[in-house]
Amino acid sequence: MTGKVDITLNINGRDHAISVEPRRTLADAIRENCGQTGTHIGCEHGICGACTVIVDGDPVRSCLMFAAQAEGVPIRTVESLASGDTLHPLQRAFMEHHGLQCGFCTPGFLMLMTAVLEREPDISDEDILDVLASNLCRCTGYQNIVKAVRAAAAEMRAT
Amino acid sequence: MSAPTKGSGTTWVGRSIRRLEDPALVQGRGHFTADLAAAHWARFVRSPVASGRIERIKSPPNASVFTGIDLQGVKPIKPMLFKFNYVPVGQPILPHDVVRFVGEPVAAAVAPSKEEAEDLADLVEIEITQLTPVTDGRRALSAGAPAVHAEAPSNVVVEGRVKTPNFDETYASAHTRIKFEALSRRQNATPMEARAGHAAYDMASGRTTLTCTTQMPHVTRTGIADLLGMPESDLRVIAPDVGGGFGQKTALTPEYVVLVWLARHLRSSVAWTEDRRENLMAGFHSRDQVIQLEGAFDKDAKLIALSADIVANVGAYSTFPTTCGVEPLMAMAELPGPYDVRAYACVSRGVVTNTCPMAPYRGVSRPVITFALERLMDKAAASFGIDPIEIRRRNLIDRFPYTSAMGLVFDEASYRQTLEIAVKEVDLPAFRVRQKAARAAGRFLGIGFATFSERTGYGSPAFAARGMEITPGWETVELTMDPSGLVEVRIGSSPHGQGLRTTLAQIIADEIGLEPSQIRVVHGDTDRTPYGWGTFASRSLVISGGACLIAARKMRTKLLKLASHLLEASAADIVLEEGAARVSGTDRSISIATMARQAYYQTHRFNGEIEPGMTETGSYDPAGTFSNACHVATVEVDIETGHVTIEKFLVAEDAGRIINPMIADGQVHGGIAQGIGNALLEEIIYSGEGDILTSTLADYLPPTSHEVPEIELHHMETTSDASITKAKGVGEGGAIGAPAAILNAINDALTPFGVEIDEIPATPRKIRAALRGATEKRA
Repeated sequence: MTGKVDITLNINGRDHAISVEPRRTLADAIRENCGQTGTHIGCEHGICGACTVIVDGDPVRSCLMFAAQAEGVPIRTVESLASGDTLHPLQRAFMEHHGLQCGFCTPGFLMLMTAVLEREPDISDEDILDVLASNLCRCTGYQNIVKAVRAAAAEMRAT
Repeated sequence: MSAPTKGSGTTWVGRSIRRLEDPALVQGRGHFTADLAAAHWARFVRSPVASGRIERIKSPPNASVFTGIDLQGVKPIKPMLFKFNYVPVGQPILPHDVVRFVGEPVAAAVAPSKEEAEDLADLVEIEITQLTPVTDGRRALSAGAPAVHAEAPSNVVVEGRVKTPNFDETYASAHTRIKFEALSRRQNATPMEARAGHAAYDMASGRTTLTCTTQMPHVTRTGIADLLGMPESDLRVIAPDVGGGFGQKTALTPEYVVLVWLARHLRSSVAWTEDRRENLMAGFHSRDQVIQLEGAFDKDAKLIALSADIVANVGAYSTFPTTCGVEPLMAMAELPGPYDVRAYACVSRGVVTNTCPMAPYRGVSRPVITFALERLMDKAAASFGIDPIEIRRRNLIDRFPYTSAMGLVFDEASYRQTLEIAVKEVDLPAFRVRQKAARAAGRFLGIGFATFSERTGYGSPAFAARGMEITPGWETVELTMDPSGLVEVRIGSSPHGQGLRTTLAQIIADEIGLEPSQIRVVHGDTDRTPYGWGTFASRSLVISGGACLIAARKMRTKLLKLASHLLEASAADIVLEEGAARVSGTDRSISIATMARQAYYQTHRFNGEIEPGMTETGSYDPAGTFSNACHVATVEVDIETGHVTIEKFLVAEDAGRIINPMIADGQVHGGIAQGIGNALLEEIIYSGEGDILTSTLADYLPPTSHEVPEIELHHMETTSDASITKAKGVGEGGAIGAPAAILNAINDALTPFGVEIDEIPATPRKIRAALRGATEKRA
């Protein structure tokens, strides 16, 4: 099965014209065909959420989607969060509150919460805890991820 | 965003500065192994059966498929111990005759892309004559059990025995004896980044570079070079950003050996990224142990003798470099824990089975032995009709240094004090009132305590006691100030999430008057760093940190000498701070950057009294130190479903001097979360035929943010001379204490039913099974 299809992925505002097998996942295409390696793959069966990216405004697990399905819709990855040297409030909060250790799951958590906070800026602390249960982190015990997200949400509401 | 500046008169050590690692990681700019492109991808064809004889491996004609026949010159992984009746058994890199566990790699399919390599692997057929497997450790010991290796007909491959001379007499004199079985099921450490390797052959130099997700780059180089029969200097091993390890990534994986062999054979680059299923099947397992424990107490509930029979199911092979002795021998050496017990007898056996090999996992055996010992203390307290706190008060070590029945020397610690802090902070009387009211309303709350010691930062003497052929322990660092006055520190430790670049920089900054951001820690590259043992066993901050302190003190001496020449003042009057050398009580000063330039470019000015250049080294090989803690869990058990909710988790811990409180807290949090998984959720399950039934993260369940409650931490900082930085290790304690505290809490909640749970994980199914048939005894 080596027949390839030509597709264009719009990642972080830039078009990538690529040729991939129809079975290539969005996660592999983002990483290998488009060179955006900040998105990590942790389980390839949709449980861990490390590969979460934002597709058309929704947080999705890019390992459960084919690249071809994402043609024509905007895709955002962790590489888009900072504007130049200015980090996104979530990125700053993760650093400030020690919300990461090895950093492998971090892009997935950042993209998950970016999408959620954009959609639901007034999300309650309890609901943040629920949403965070979508993704797995093995290093932090979630304590400081929860603190970081709550702090970033408060900061984003205030500005 | 810059790090906060240091206030006058303060030190960098002891402050929660932000991590130097983080800016790259939060922007997705880290470098992980799987990010590298390769000319070829490998996919491993794995054994579908637990035990069998390979009759034939069929692959498509002219396909790029490599088997054990191709790798015949490659030696098997066969680490040695010279003690404890160790039976060396070899793991073929790719077996061509016998397979011993489901998931064992048998062939490598190589293709230009991952997908094509998977397609090719699917076309490879392994014809196997199935043999009868044995997967359970105790069954492997029974008469007539199949032998996993012909060299070890009894399946016992390592056996430790100890009995103090006073044991029989003390045991016979006991007032009360309590005996039970503690059972720990099998876990997988489950780092979020599974294994990945990328080997590239360089035509110009003839060298090969293996980039892989390891905790031990130098030891990986040693292991692979020995197996392939190549000089170590022909192999460069790079551990780039590593996505967690927790011990699993200390073990040499045969897949990496194959990658290096393939890169050399193909004279090209070859990559492999395992999927989660492979990791859960073949990426090493841990904690599969059964402990028969008996405590003998005098009339005052003082533990006077302890005996244990430990069976550790170590899987099919002995992993390099720690060997299959790591679990059974650690369990035997440290089982008596923080208690003053003078008579001890133990038999601890490592048993091979047709399951995935065992590798160290955060805490190595200590989560299991602590769980067993803390259950014993609670059972004894109940038997004597005293409080669980009181029995611990009567038995904890409280004089230092203390030499244990096993000959371990415990340095100054705070076993009693951390217990008292925990009791006070958790407000035990208030909990008991609430518990009683809840019981009356048909709800079952429980509280559980665990006190424990955590041996950390131990150097080569501790490993030598195990009789290891490869004896780890020391660390060396090289510290270079460049002519701009910035510092590079090259270390043999290999952090993978612990924030060591930040904490080591804090230690060095205080000595030489720079800011941590001016100190770059380089690790994880055998071409760039001195030989070292990597990061595991709560050792790096203590041992690499100690080596950094030694090197930084030498650098400080040199800077003072330079300043003395350049400022024409006595070195005793010069202080190094905020990037400059200053003569105390004067306005004379010179910047460190200026001095660095002089040390390289104006050496003639020092009349041969100062060596050119600015490089110092430090090595450290300590005997070890003990961290300690008391963990408390409060839980609610749903009697109808068997579900356990952890209400609150509280820790009073003592890891000596804390270099960066934020990072230390993070280590404890993460350990506790893994301990919660160990206590309630995570279990690798094999069928009777040796098939693995938990090969996805929907079956094997690491905790999510829902299962980890808010964790309350309290710290003490007891220092001792066992660590020159006064820091003790903090990496494993969270994982060690949590299962014991949670199981004690569950059992406290179940007291009205007269049932006890002595098995981890305590899943709803097991709790329901225990409750079925039990009736509540109303208080």
